[in-house]
Amino acid sequence: MARIGVFICHCGENISATVDCGKVAETIGKLKHVAYSTEYKYMCSDPGQTLIKEAIKEHKLTGVVVAACSPRMHEPTFRKACAEGGLNPFLCEMANLREHCSWVHEKNDLTTEKAIDIVRIQVEKVKLNSALQPIRVPVTKTAMVIGGGIAGIQSALDIANTGHKVIMIERSPSIGGHMSQLSETFPTLDCSQCILTPRMVEVAQHPNITLYTYAEVESVEGFIGNFKVKIRKKAKSLDEKTCTGCGLCTTKCPQKKIPNEFEQGMGMRPAIYIPFPQAVPNRPVIDREHCTYYIKGKCKICEIVCPTKAIRFDQPDEILELEIGAIVVATGFDIKHADFFPEYGYGKYKDIIDGLQFERLASASGPTTGAILRPSDGQVPKNIVFIACAGSRDPAKGIAYCSKICCMYTAKHAMLYKHKVHEGKAYVFYMDIRSGGKNYDEFVRRAIEEDHVNYIRGRVSTVFERDGKLIVKGVDTLLGAQPVEIVADMVVLATAGVANSGAEDLAQKLHVSYDAHKFFAEAHPKLKPIETNTAGIFLAGACQNPKDIPDSVSQASGAAVKVAGLFSQNELTREPLVAVVNRTAPPMYSTCVGCFMCQSVCPYQAIEREDFKNREGKIVKTVAKINEGLCQGCGTCVALCRSKSIDLYGYSNNQVYAEVVALLNEY
Amino acid sequence: MSDFEPKVVAFVCNWCTYAGADLTGTSRIKYASNVRIIRFPCTGRIDFMLLLKAFANGADGIIVSGCHPNDCHYTSGNFHAKRRWIMFKELMDFMGIDMNRITFSWVSAAEGAKWADVVNTTVTRIRELGPYVSYKELVNKSVEEEVKNE
Repeated sequence: MARIGVFICHCGENISATVDCGKVAETIGKLKHVAYSTEYKYMCSDPGQTLIKEAIKEHKLTGVVVAACSPRMHEPTFRKACAEGGLNPFLCEMANLREHCSWVHEKNDLTTEKAIDIVRIQVEKVKLNSALQPIRVPVTKTAMVIGGGIAGIQSALDIANTGHKVIMIERSPSIGGHMSQLSETFPTLDCSQCILTPRMVEVAQHPNITLYTYAEVESVEGFIGNFKVKIRKKAKSLDEKTCTGCGLCTTKCPQKKIPNEFEQGMGMRPAIYIPFPQAVPNRPVIDREHCTYYIKGKCKICEIVCPTKAIRFDQPDEILELEIGAIVVATGFDIKHADFFPEYGYGKYKDIIDGLQFERLASASGPTTGAILRPSDGQVPKNIVFIACAGSRDPAKGIAYCSKICCMYTAKHAMLYKHKVHEGKAYVFYMDIRSGGKNYDEFVRRAIEEDHVNYIRGRVSTVFERDGKLIVKGVDTLLGAQPVEIVADMVVLATAGVANSGAEDLAQKLHVSYDAHKFFAEAHPKLKPIETNTAGIFLAGACQNPKDIPDSVSQASGAAVKVAGLFSQNELTREPLVAVVNRTAPPMYSTCVGCFMCQSVCPYQAIEREDFKNREGKIVKTVAKINEGLCQGCGTCVALCRSKSIDLYGYSNNQVYAEVVALLNEY
Repeated sequence: MSDFEPKVVAFVCNWCTYAGADLTGTSRIKYASNVRIIRFPCTGRIDFMLLLKAFANGADGIIVSGCHPNDCHYTSGNFHAKRRWIMFKELMDFMGIDMNRITFSWVSAAEGAKWADVVNTTVTRIRELGPYVSYKELVNKSVEEEVKNE
């Protein structure tokens, strides 16, 4: 007979403030089969866990229900405690009294009643739990890093330096990401490329790293330690081994009027191009969308001039199938572009640019070789206005969050301008200055006090052109919302940081959650900021939310440690909550009739056929069989099975039925 | 029927709606306490016959919720659930079951506020509809008739 132990946690006051825990423990204690019921202030603490371990022995418990927080938080903790107390860990269930009850309801009898119900459901369920053994699976000790920005680079190098193989994939022709576009970095004003490019070269030369640029994830199957990833290597239209990267083709290409992505459209590039001089790998690709040969069927000048005959016009895309043990997602962010700000005239006036475009203007390798010049006429702007929070913290624009990096880079931009145009005037319109970080606030103060940047606290309502000048209308809220009008030569918008294009698509391929803004979601906002809800997939950098370089790098190293930890084991244990097809005595063998409808709905190809033979070796029946190594326990086959022959450990037909019945009937 | 407290059972998937409801808690968004959550690995696991069992045992309303289309942790479970739901809904409606008592929705792990909203609207609707005794009576009657016929 079942002997269930129930442990009600107060979670300090998180639960006991709204739920009468004493009453819950008392009521549950009177239920049939409940051998022990108690309450305690912190069940997850050491004494709390000891309480469980001792009760298992003392009361000879056959099942445990811990009524505390969400099982997504502490289920592993309590299952481990049960195992240490001598009980099979899968005979432990959690009742979610905190997230699903005490935190969302007022203190009253109905809330306590709900708490009792939540515990009762789990008591009924745990009675029907079966003792299970974890499934052991091997670990493929190769990591994949998606995205070759600073976060991806850091993660890849850290993993590779622990001695494990890393495959890095990057969708553009070169690694480097947004950081390679920056001129200087805050708060030190050191040159971005100078600190980044050695890292990029290290990635390319590292014996443990295989780099695929111009490649994208096609599909991801499998699970932690055993992912099967298909990647599409887009055709670069040249033989990378033969090409020496001399760049002759790029100078001879007749098509030269393509907006340069690396220069944020502020310069032009040919159809066969190396994205920027320090690109890694330093090999050109042909942009087939704009190449004259692919459009008109003739040209081939690059092929004629190539000294090593490396051009391959007929090169197809290549699909690679890789075995991967862990994945780090480091796909970064993007910034909001044109037509998002009609009131600020972005896209309408040439001299209104965004932050990344300003970076390119200020960069020594940029279109103006570092001179701050107006895009319209190439003149030095005498008055420049920076508008912070362009789109960010603006629920009316659909972006309620703070993009975090703009306060700092706006201060940096204003400083860079003042360092280059000493007599010029710089104005910054801001909502609040958010400069939390080491030496960050000092940096902003330097811009204001030493470089005399005029900070105006207030929003800008509109920007328009009058007599060839840009008129910026705003208010100064520190002067009692007094209207301010500044005649500017150039306006820079610190536009909101947003999720990268393709983030949603990738999240769906990886089966990871993402938020309303398409940023990847972490498993827990505080305690699992690197993990995703899918085991074996980790996050690094701004794909999670806008982040500056130090934060991205820290998280990337964190993700690398998670991967290295995973790879330190030869075998992983996996929850055995898998489906099973029943077996009965011959001549029936199983209630399964062999319709194999389940095979067509299984997303993991985990359903196999099993033949039963008689003494003569003749097949008498063929039924379904679950490969437990492949099954992930979704249970779609269970709900579909017409003869009710499949069941799911942990969520069996009897269990869910018992839960429903228990919940709705008197006790 | 002013003191009528509806019993609403929620069948939710572990990865999206259960996590979404966790987020409602973490965000301290208050909602009606009439709902009881039963956790499934995936909406694809939910056998809709269970909904009838729930009504037979006295549920006044039901919520079924999982991941948004394309977001399923198991790739396609929610699509199977949706297909099954379309068939089931038609059939149940034809058989005279009050479909206003069932809410079918998608709530992602990031939609804590939406979960509170789904629960509140469902509970308010069920409160207006009153207790669902007619189904229980119907089932009991058919059982009695069966016994009589034997």
